[in-house]
Amino acid sequence: MNSNNFDVIVVGAGPAGITAALLLARKGLKVTLLERGEFPGSKNMFGGAVFGRVLHDIIPEYWTKAPFERFISRKMITMLAEDSAVSLDFHSAAFKKPPYNGFVVQRTSFDRWYAQEAVKAGAVLLTQTVADDIIREGSQVVGVMARRPQGELRAKVVIAADGAVSLLAKKAGLRREFTPNQFSLGVKEVVQLPAGALEERLGLTGDEGMSNEFLGRMGGGLHGGAFIYTNRDCLSLGVVAQAHSLKARKATIYDALDQFKRHPAVAPLLEGGRFLEYSAHLIPEAGINMVPQLFTGGMMVAGDAAGLVLAGGVFLEGVNFAIAAGKAAAETAIQAFEKGSFDQAAMAEYEVRLKESFVLQDIDRFKTAIPMLLNERLYEVYPSFVCRTLENWFMVDGTGHPKLAGMVKRLLGEDMGLWQMTKDGYQFGRAMLW
Amino acid sequence: MVDISQRLKFSRYRLDRQAHIEVDYVKCRRCTHRACLTACPAQCYLAHAENGVLFNYEGCLECGTCYVICDLGALKWNYPKGGCGVNYRFA
Ligand SMILES: Cc1cc2nc3c(=O)[nH]c(=O)nc-3n(C[C@H](O)[C@H](O)[C@H](O)COP(=O)(O)OP(=O)(O)OC[C@H]3O[C@@H](n4cnc5c(N)ncnc54)[C@H](O)[C@@H]3O)c2cc1C
Ligand code: SF4
Ligand code: SF4
Repeated sequence: MNSNNFDVIVVGAGPAGITAALLLARKGLKVTLLERGEFPGSKNMFGGAVFGRVLHDIIPEYWTKAPFERFISRKMITMLAEDSAVSLDFHSAAFKKPPYNGFVVQRTSFDRWYAQEAVKAGAVLLTQTVADDIIREGSQVVGVMARRPQGELRAKVVIAADGAVSLLAKKAGLRREFTPNQFSLGVKEVVQLPAGALEERLGLTGDEGMSNEFLGRMGGGLHGGAFIYTNRDCLSLGVVAQAHSLKARKATIYDALDQFKRHPAVAPLLEGGRFLEYSAHLIPEAGINMVPQLFTGGMMVAGDAAGLVLAGGVFLEGVNFAIAAGKAAAETAIQAFEKGSFDQAAMAEYEVRLKESFVLQDIDRFKTAIPMLLNERLYEVYPSFVCRTLENWFMVDGTGHPKLAGMVKRLLGEDMGLWQMTKDGYQFGRAMLW
Repeated sequence: MVDISQRLKFSRYRLDRQAHIEVDYVKCRRCTHRACLTACPAQCYLAHAENGVLFNYEGCLECGTCYVICDLGALKWNYPKGGCGVNYRFA
């Protein structure tokens, strides 16, 4: 077999691609993993927490091996108004025990470690290698063109795990144009805190960590949210904004980030902090509405490349979905090799597997969250309404305490009617509750 | 306005001699929103009297936002050559 011939080519060494390459290599298949970055993770960014139940199935007790920052024992959700905030603060004993619920990781170390697991299993990792196009024979995909001398690489199966802006899925004709209503942009800063400050400010001990997801109108009127995650001794914090609102508002995401950092609920956490890094990445957020055709003869699309992210405003899960999709793609390819058939019908098994797993089930279940996320009152009205209501209610100013109902009615009158709120309440309920 | 170039200095870039994104300024000249100016998180697009915008690829974070929001098809958008572009330390 020629050195440019493989059983499977996986494009993109993120969680989806690495998982696929690892599982295929374990089965003894000849698999190569192409990554455009200097090393796996060098281009990657997320909030971030890895919810690793799916990883535990692949690498048992992965937390004893993976480079993680902290496990999440305290999970917060915060509604943000201009200069006030309301939080839900959840502490869980179960989250502190194996198999743990989630870990904060940094992608440069996590993806790098995970890719090495695939290499140890026998996958051939080619870094600094961009896949520019797919190679077809008739309707069958038979390889990729890499941007390098003798770049023609051939395989029976190609798995495109090339992330949110999947040029390969597009070139294969599996997805349509990218549009602003399919994506949110996230920017993140890593800020080093003085020794001991993180534990002290957030009430954490040992390896305990915290995540906080913020919802509200971001600076400049951008629709989206913000996040804070605890690393070992630095914080990751960032702002997410829907691409269509970036376009419509002509506001910049970095100004929104600076405004977030100055918010009275956030600024004290950052005091004495030293800036370490600024990064940016898109999130495919349109759920089922943007999932492309997932396969064609000889090819499957996995992870962000297929829009397989669960976004619900105050939660964002992509890594676990990418791992599960990579696993389904690997299992499909393994079965195809057993049967010796790689055509469209053989690849169709991939979609069946995704539908049987939480991947397409959750994404389908939460499709009702999409209209909620696009409802401007979720950002423009409700967070500040809740904050103002509580501010008024808690304020002891000698005028006597009003009953909540009367006050809500008065404050609501300033923004909109009760009927609108009832309708939105139904929409939010449909999105999250039933 | 925040000067993003100061923050980008903390990241290691390996520059390709060639720009990985090509802009067709003929289209930009008749663009009514020029949303790339504010949407790019790395301030790669600057206002330009004649062309509407001027693109610098050096600080690009390869996020794809300009590609997704440009509706005149002015961008030939691609990733940099393998190993080139931004290298994160944490992210
Ligand atoms: C701001 C933000 C916050 C997030 N927070 C969370 C979170 O807290 N928890 C969570 O679970 N998820 C989170 N996500 C989502 C999560 O990061 C993604 O869903 C996940 O990384 C998808 O994995 P992937 O393997 O599909 O793609 P990626 O991780 O993007 O990997 C794709 C890989 O392909 C490479 N590549 C791309 N094109 C080519 C090419 N042509 N040739 C060669 N290589 C190529 C890239 O360099 C990259 O390494 C967040 C995302 C963002 C942007
Ligand atoms: S790149 Fe696109 S959005 Fe920006 S000015 Fe040119 S045409 Fe307009
Ligand atoms: S890809 Fe992102 S960082 Fe690069 S120019 Fe476009 S918007 Fe700016």
